[in-house]
Amino acid sequence: MDNLDQLRSDLLTRIIEADLDQLEELRVEALGRKGSISELMRGLGALPADQRREAGQALNALKNEIGAAIDARHGVFAGAGLEQRLATETIDVTLPPRPRGEGRIHPISQTIEEMVAIFCEMGFRVAEGPHIEDDFHNFTALNIPPEHPARQDHDTFYLTETEDGARPVLRTHTSPVQIRTMQAVEPPIRIVVPGRTFRADHDATHSPMFHQIEGLVVDETTHMGHLKGCLIEFCRTFFGVDDLPVRFRPSFFPFTEPSAEVDIGCSRDGGGLKIGGDDWLEILGCGMIHPRVLENCGIDSTRYQGFAFGMGIERAAMLKYGIPDLRTFYDSDLRWLRHYGFNPLAQPTIAGGLTP
Amino acid sequence: MKFTLSWLKEHLETDRSLDEICATLSMIGLEVEGVEDKAKALAPFVVGYVTGVRQHPNADRLKLCTVDMGSGTFEVVCGAPNARAGIKGVYAPEGSWIPGSEMKLKKSKIRGVESCGMLCSERELELSDEHDGIIELTEDAEIGAPVAELLGASDPVIEIGLTPNRPDCAGVRGIARDLAAAGMGILKPLDASPVQGAFESPIKWRIDLPEDLADGCPMVVGRSFRGVTNGPSPKWLWDQLTAIGLRPISALVDITNYVTFGLARPLHVFDADKVAGDLVMRPAKPGEKVPALDGETYELTPDMIAIADDNGAQSIAGVMGGEATGCGDGTTNVFLEIALFDPVRTATTGRKLDVMSDARYRFERGVDPTSALWGAEVAARLILDLCGGEASELTIAGAEPDWARRQTLRKSRIAALGGVELPSDEPAQILELLGFDNNDDGEIIDAAIPPWRPDIDGEADLVEEVLRIHGYDNIPVVPMDRDAVVPHPALDAGQNRAGRVRRALAANGLVEAVTFSFLSDSDAKLFGGVPDSLRIGNPISADLDVMRPSVLPNLAAAAGRNGARGAGDAALFEIGPQYADATPDGQALVAAGLRVGGYQDRHWSAPARDVDAFDAKADALVALAAAGAPGANLRITRDAPAWYHPGRSGVMWLGKTEIARFGELHPDITAHYDLRGPVAAFEVFLDVVPPARSGRGPARPLLEVSPLQPVERDFAFVVDADTASDAVLRAARGADKKLITGVKLFDIFEGESLGEGKKSLAIAVTLQPTDATLTDAEIDAVAEKITAAVAKATGGVLRG
Repeated sequence: MDNLDQLRSDLLTRIIEADLDQLEELRVEALGRKGSISELMRGLGALPADQRREAGQALNALKNEIGAAIDARHGVFAGAGLEQRLATETIDVTLPPRPRGEGRIHPISQTIEEMVAIFCEMGFRVAEGPHIEDDFHNFTALNIPPEHPARQDHDTFYLTETEDGARPVLRTHTSPVQIRTMQAVEPPIRIVVPGRTFRADHDATHSPMFHQIEGLVVDETTHMGHLKGCLIEFCRTFFGVDDLPVRFRPSFFPFTEPSAEVDIGCSRDGGGLKIGGDDWLEILGCGMIHPRVLENCGIDSTRYQGFAFGMGIERAAMLKYGIPDLRTFYDSDLRWLRHYGFNPLAQPTIAGGLTP
Repeated sequence: MKFTLSWLKEHLETDRSLDEICATLSMIGLEVEGVEDKAKALAPFVVGYVTGVRQHPNADRLKLCTVDMGSGTFEVVCGAPNARAGIKGVYAPEGSWIPGSEMKLKKSKIRGVESCGMLCSERELELSDEHDGIIELTEDAEIGAPVAELLGASDPVIEIGLTPNRPDCAGVRGIARDLAAAGMGILKPLDASPVQGAFESPIKWRIDLPEDLADGCPMVVGRSFRGVTNGPSPKWLWDQLTAIGLRPISALVDITNYVTFGLARPLHVFDADKVAGDLVMRPAKPGEKVPALDGETYELTPDMIAIADDNGAQSIAGVMGGEATGCGDGTTNVFLEIALFDPVRTATTGRKLDVMSDARYRFERGVDPTSALWGAEVAARLILDLCGGEASELTIAGAEPDWARRQTLRKSRIAALGGVELPSDEPAQILELLGFDNNDDGEIIDAAIPPWRPDIDGEADLVEEVLRIHGYDNIPVVPMDRDAVVPHPALDAGQNRAGRVRRALAANGLVEAVTFSFLSDSDAKLFGGVPDSLRIGNPISADLDVMRPSVLPNLAAAAGRNGARGAGDAALFEIGPQYADATPDGQALVAAGLRVGGYQDRHWSAPARDVDAFDAKADALVALAAAGAPGANLRITRDAPAWYHPGRSGVMWLGKTEIARFGELHPDITAHYDLRGPVAAFEVFLDVVPPARSGRGPARPLLEVSPLQPVERDFAFVVDADTASDAVLRAARGADKKLITGVKLFDIFEGESLGEGKKSLAIAVTLQPTDATLTDAEIDAVAEKITAAVAKATGGVLRG
């Protein structure tokens, strides 16, 4: 066994000193078919049976140890070679990467989603309707008879007269969807209606197309206290101001009775307009549904009641996000869209927050 | 509607402050839009006595005035020619805000001499445009006293935004009545007792209207005056009218305005000597012209009512009086008109003639039907007071319409609708103060609607009257009750789909735009045009005169604008409507987008690349995938509409439904919109994407994965050059539906070696064994099936 120890220490010493070529020679010399350890193993057969076993175990251990030592030494060379190779593969990491197009979500879409998220929490569903409306749904059913001054105030766009003498209109508000919903669905009803609306008016603060969101609740018990609760909650959540002052002022709309306009607290100090403060800013119109509107939709006004509201989406977005000019919403100026638009993954949710 | 505080106090006994009154007005539905309180603006300014004047040492045209302002004496540099010792002027101390020059007065040196404050001109105080000299106050002005009252500017002007349902508040008295009801004071009585007529009016009224116009003027009252003296109005009347922005003309005309604005009772005065014969309400004759008081001449039509004498139409009923018979300084004999005109007819006439007047404003909202009679008395008293002379008896045509109406109010409705419990007697008290005569039996109020409230219509209206006076602020806030603990989703499948497509396209590098639903007819024609039913009858401009047949043109125009701004290559999309006709079904929701010019700009890593049809196809597929369309079953044809490049565009079909289009825009279109480079556009029709299969619940089928290695084999087929690659891929995939799980096209080659009109398509086919590793023989068998299937479908042969 002494010569085995000698062989072991001799081989290990040479392995540690070997270069890559010598290492391969050593592997052949020790472990190759005619290598020293292989030779010794072949010699086992000549030993008496009682020694064979012990010697075999020792030889196997030596074989494994030498193999591992060679592998380890190989590893050292491989590591060094890799390092060398990697050193030649260095790049300028300050180079700009391959460009990827970056899209944005339009503020109107984002704002609608924010509003819907809030109203969803209060049990509203989203309803939609056609942009080209008939006189009945846009006016008459909403208690705006022909020649009513309110009809003139709407600056209505009219389409070509049809063969039966009717003149379709571009809906002047989202309110016709109230009518279509009430005609189609039995109460209780809770809907919000975001969408395009049209008025023949174009100046610094008016666009011939803009967006509104309409709300409608019909059941047997909803009263003005609920109307206040719903809209105060909405305003505070939408603008993210917990103690935002909100007031309800009597007003007039043909389709609600009683009617109110809603103001929120604001501040005009220092030129700019800020949400929250002692001054007032009108934000939306609302009221209890006029009994005649319910009847026009075939709903029994002695049993059912409810409220409706309507608000401008661009205006709310302008106030919340500090966008100064209404007309820029439709100009599709990329500089504007990239500046005021939203990250596509920043979807407003109640859980994740409404404001990116 | 504008009025002064003192005018309000002619009708309202009150000691409430301006602020209290304004706050109350807004909270009872008469929204205050502005308060101009000159007294507040003039508060810092006091009477200053110029005790001495000496020449400025460094400037010929400047003087140094010593001003005593009571609490001290200051030296002021002044350039006014009328600055002299002994006069009393308006002294602005240092630190006061000068409204006319919009600056805060600071102590400063003028040409080396310090000036402590200043003496003001009328322009500096925004009293007038006068700036030739400083204001000179009367000698009896008390030194150091505030100047506001001395300058006649102590009367605040309030402007309210009047809702169309409140004709009564188009007069100061109606506003006073509402304020009285809201506890702001007591409504003073109005003296409308009859004025004794001294003679019979030489001019008589006649109503001569056909049946279809008869409701246009149910009643008219007239009264003659003789021996009057017309001239400038007294100062109080002059001040009231100028304060609200009216131009005083002469006492007679000013009285009509005073009654119009004070009592919402429009009047007109004729110079009786210019009227020929009697006056008659009659339909206008076709083409009849009236030179009106505003200096314009209006041409009337027979659906309008003219007020005519023997010489023809003199006045436009309800809208404006005529120039020819108007009152002037020389007028001594007057005929007063107090008429009732129908709101709708007045509005129609005014709109047709495009003229707004203070009379039209009130008539089209509805004047008090009893005012024809009391108006004649109130106006007569004013004319006699201010112009002297004597009044005739009344001349009347027609009759007061029956205006009496009643409305009941169940008191329980106030809580049921308004959500607030009121003390039992409060509703009746409020209604009484608003002028309703009512009986309250404890449960139900039976109210007589006053003649000045044509807007009251139904029980809910009375609830509103009670609530707005009680105060909306006093309605307790109640949260919305929930119909479920966790809210149900707000969006339906289609709305969700549009939302996902929006975010998918934006995540894919496209910027969302929102463009108008309309465009110009000429642009629409480039995109297939629109039927006549989609023409706007009253467009705001010729650029926006039809509804859009496609979303693309407005996006292309937007891209063109961005290009012109040098904003670089645009990548825009919009999810919005296109219109096929004017019916609800004619409106379709489309996700459309386009990329212009370079897909990738010059970059160190790769050469620049222009967009092409495959970018558009990729975008369309992104949208379809987000919409949940089954992508594998799409069929593509080459028949895209004319706005696409005929050779570089396609239509995607799902069964027989056209679901999307994509391709390069036609060069004529890109040229029209000044778009540089190719434009890759797509349109995805979201409404026709079939809904995801429902009824299976949220659980997915069990995932089955094979433990066996898939095998990939490459084939190259030589086919005719015009063969659609899709046909080869479909044939290969269909050769063994069980074993073949993927087919990829990885190379296209055309060259002389293949022969004229041929191309080679190289595909990689993935085979996924399920039971056992494939043997060479099995693989060869599948390869043969693939070769046969491709040959059968396309005539393609394996490339040798």
